[in-house]
Amino acid sequence: MSFDDAYGALTDHDDDARWAYGTGFADPLAGVPTAIPDGVDRADLAAYCLMLGDDALIMSHRLQQWVTRAPELEDELAVANIGLDLLGQARLLLTRAGEAEGSGRDEDTLAYLRDPHEFRNVLLAERSDDDFAHLVARLLVFATWRLALLDRLAASGDPVLAAIGAKGVKEVTYHREYAAQWVVRLGDGTPVSHERVQAAVDAVYPLVGELFETHEVERRLAGRGIAVEPASLRAEFDAVMAEVVAAATLRLRAATAVEPGRGRDGMHTAALGEILGEMQELARAIPDGAW
Amino acid sequence: MTDLATGERTFAETIEKDQRVEPRDWMPDGYRKTMIRQIAQHAHSEIIGMQPEGAWITRAPTLRRKAILLAKVQDEAGHGLYLYSAAETLGADRGDLTRRLIEGRQKYSSIFNYPTLSFADVGVIGWLVDGAAICNQVPLCRSSFGPYARAMIRICKEESFHQRQGYELLMTMMKGTEAQRAMVQDATNRWWWPSLMMFGPPDTDSPNTGQSMAWKIKRHTNDELRQRFVDMTVPQAEALGVTLPDPDLRWNSERGRHDFGEIDWSELKRVISGDGPMNAERIAHRRRADEDGAWVREAAAAHAAKRTETTHE
Repeated sequence: MSFDDAYGALTDHDDDARWAYGTGFADPLAGVPTAIPDGVDRADLAAYCLMLGDDALIMSHRLQQWVTRAPELEDELAVANIGLDLLGQARLLLTRAGEAEGSGRDEDTLAYLRDPHEFRNVLLAERSDDDFAHLVARLLVFATWRLALLDRLAASGDPVLAAIGAKGVKEVTYHREYAAQWVVRLGDGTPVSHERVQAAVDAVYPLVGELFETHEVERRLAGRGIAVEPASLRAEFDAVMAEVVAAATLRLRAATAVEPGRGRDGMHTAALGEILGEMQELARAIPDGAW
Repeated sequence: MTDLATGERTFAETIEKDQRVEPRDWMPDGYRKTMIRQIAQHAHSEIIGMQPEGAWITRAPTLRRKAILLAKVQDEAGHGLYLYSAAETLGADRGDLTRRLIEGRQKYSSIFNYPTLSFADVGVIGWLVDGAAICNQVPLCRSSFGPYARAMIRICKEESFHQRQGYELLMTMMKGTEAQRAMVQDATNRWWWPSLMMFGPPDTDSPNTGQSMAWKIKRHTNDELRQRFVDMTVPQAEALGVTLPDPDLRWNSERGRHDFGEIDWSELKRVISGDGPMNAERIAHRRRADEDGAWVREAAAAHAAKRTETTHE
């Protein structure tokens, strides 16, 4: 084998197919018609894409924060992988939001130049993780909810949302599996891990209510067969969570009445400001930069 | 003839014929120890090497760059994983190797003890650091130890992508603002000499090279590889439009190679012995991750043990 040729390949500038992130990658929306379906309110569609896109973008950011500090190398690979999947979903959804708006804002303008009150993610996505138990408990809730949602979205009347849903189902199925396995291991592991993951589930559960609130944008778009009404996903979510929690020998404590969060209306915790401060710092420092 | 003598003869023939030594083959203790150390240091370098770039994932200035960087750092974790696996075929244990790393008993590439001060560093690490790593590693695809050689083939392919994404980022930044061009030049100035040091001490001061070459776990000397890297990089720097920070760097038409200035070996010694700008932080970060994750690994082991009991009942 003459692998020494790899030296030559490095200085060969005409070989675009060798680029990892250039021309070689398949466009996940190849062949999907991108025209906005007739009768769909463009502002509603844009708002809805921002909701689902911001959920993925902000959750991905939290996962990125774990990439060099997970308990095992396998988990660093897994959190990077899940973070990448969600980042990919975010990019497609933000791009679709820009198209629907028709304002010329692209994925980067939307990610980097909006302020916290313009973000539409649920509060669950922005919460910081006290430890690994909090990460996997939060990811379990997030992925269980999102998988049910994307599964329905695959039948959306918007071909782009349908394609994003179908692609996302495959990805988020793995995310849910990964998180569920860890919640079970920790719950059924040692007394310390049991206590920690129970505390994590207890801390995350007050944020569940918001996930199933149906926003007026969602209601209007669901009426046209474009969006998914979150309230319709609750039974599936509860059934999956009950199964995992039982296998993990944990308990779901009766939720005390908590006012659901209103992230969909741009009302966030300080955590989002911290995330955006980090994420947007460089892009805003050199606004006319070429990257 | 004794088994030992047969083993020795077979090993010598395998090396002589340029074939691969496999984990269950007889091998000299020194070969086994050297291979474990070489593979472990390489694995540690991949893992520690996640940090300097990993620090920029959350701050990457576009979503495309963020995805590229995240995928790259994920690749590095993957490289670490299969290198540790290659070391385990020789009887080493990943947990033990990790302890050696975080207790400072085993080395990793000194290049990762320099800080990443701007986003241009992400590009320069890809271009120069991964470029130097490739020069070191391509010959290792023909290492006499089979599992390492096979791991290196995959790693080199991915490193080649890494180098290109770094160079492409720099090319893009050079077409941007004046401030961005200054960032690229500054990063180049800071990483050039440390990159040359990645090839190790000069041949005149590299005591293990002879044995490693005889065993075919090293194919070229440090200085040969360093020269190759310089010759490969000079035209790339010109195409990019940056100046390499070495006034003595020039083409030598007699040798058909580039001459370059004297490397500050005292700096390399300082960084290797632990006094580089980031040594303490890099190890502390890894140690903290290890300590923070201990209860998780204990839980996984306890859960697995319970499952085994249940299955056997």
